[in-house]
Amino acid sequence: MPDISVIISLLLAGILTDNYVLARTTGICPFLGVSKKFQQALGMGIAVIFVIMCATAATWPIYTYLLVRFNLTYLKTIVFILVIAALVQFVEIVLKKFIPPLYKALGVYLPLITTNCVVLGIAEENIAKGRDFMTSIIASFGVGVGFLVAMIVFAGVRSRMENCPSPKPFKGIPITLVAAAIVALAFGGFKSIGG
Amino acid sequence: MSSNKKLMILLRGIITENPVLILVLGTCPTLANTTSMFQAVSMGLAATVVLIGSNFVISLLRNIIPDTVRIPCYIVVIAAFVTAVSMLLQAYVTPVYDILGVWLALIVVNCIVLGRAEMFARKNGPLDSALDGLGMGLGFLLALLVMSTIREVLGAGTILSGMTAFGIEAIKIPVIYDLRMPFLVESSGGFLVFGILIAVMAKITEKRGGLKRKSFSCEGCPSAHICHKTSCSEVTELAAEAFDVAVENKEIEIENTEEKEVSENA
Repeated sequence: MPDISVIISLLLAGILTDNYVLARTTGICPFLGVSKKFQQALGMGIAVIFVIMCATAATWPIYTYLLVRFNLTYLKTIVFILVIAALVQFVEIVLKKFIPPLYKALGVYLPLITTNCVVLGIAEENIAKGRDFMTSIIASFGVGVGFLVAMIVFAGVRSRMENCPSPKPFKGIPITLVAAAIVALAFGGFKSIGG
Repeated sequence: MSSNKKLMILLRGIITENPVLILVLGTCPTLANTTSMFQAVSMGLAATVVLIGSNFVISLLRNIIPDTVRIPCYIVVIAAFVTAVSMLLQAYVTPVYDILGVWLALIVVNCIVLGRAEMFARKNGPLDSALDGLGMGLGFLLALLVMSTIREVLGAGTILSGMTAFGIEAIKIPVIYDLRMPFLVESSGGFLVFGILIAVMAKITEKRGGLKRKSFSCEGCPSAHICHKTSCSEVTELAAEAFDVAVENKEIEIENTEEKEVSENA
């Protein structure tokens, strides 16, 4: 179990200072595509936390106990993406069978994140930074919550923005990106916390 | 097929169907790798090599791969090329490998690569597919180069930074360097420049009768085969409805139990 100060700094980095969506610009497709309504954003965010934690719990042992042991570390990317894709399908089937209410709430979002940048990105980062299992799980949780926070904040901004008139060429994606720029600028203020 | 048509396939990716500025695919690597021109060109070239290779191989295998498991097969082919490219870069051009970092591995989940396999390579011959890969790759490279030039010149006030490993020093642009806006090289500047560029492209193409412009669609989505829906917004609206219904049911349940309790107490 890592030190409490390590845990806090990891969580702070994932949620605020080094937010995967707004500071590192990963996982932009769901961030822009599924943030029109607050409820959608909430559902997507929770589904991402869930998948990220599962993916880390699966990829870390596979890398450490299989790939490193048999000297196959160069297969990392191929193995990770396949494991994540299979895992999401598996989780979907299990939820459908055993926890129908949860499946109803999250089920539709699960396939959308199979091959999301955030999920593969955090799996690769945990390995690249040589974190141990518990630290990896905590870091993944922080990143997931950071994604959820970014989604919720942006959904709020966007619901206001949709009602505002914008110049014709800016309609749709461009004005959404400009709004995202302002939200990201606001999040940039947290950078000084990390030091 | 005439050479004219081959040229059209090549040019389409670069201009009329530019993957980044018209189709709006591959937004994540575009935003993350355009802080300097060097990084943008590195990313563009790496993605181009992967695109040509994966399109060529997927097209060769298009009659062998069963339709139901095609996406996992495509992902394996793409991941193999990404691994090969990253190993080559690590061995021969380490500065490029270092500057791209995790983004090299993330080419696997780049929507452009999987999108082109799904949209083009599985329906066309190997040579055409390789040409399409080259065109799309160059279009990606061009968009990255334009965006990174704007961001680096206005945000950092330099050109050619980050290339000290190759013996090239960054050049400070005299007046602009003093007036630089550092926020442009941060993530927020990326969103802003990208949004404005798409709007400018929309304005230019509008006069020519308007090119087919797509919003976030399932065509490039790697998960489209599992989710069987025509677009993400539909899926999420369905989800929101299901959520509403669930909440309502819960509320009714709670009300019923409360009523029961009240009647029992009475």
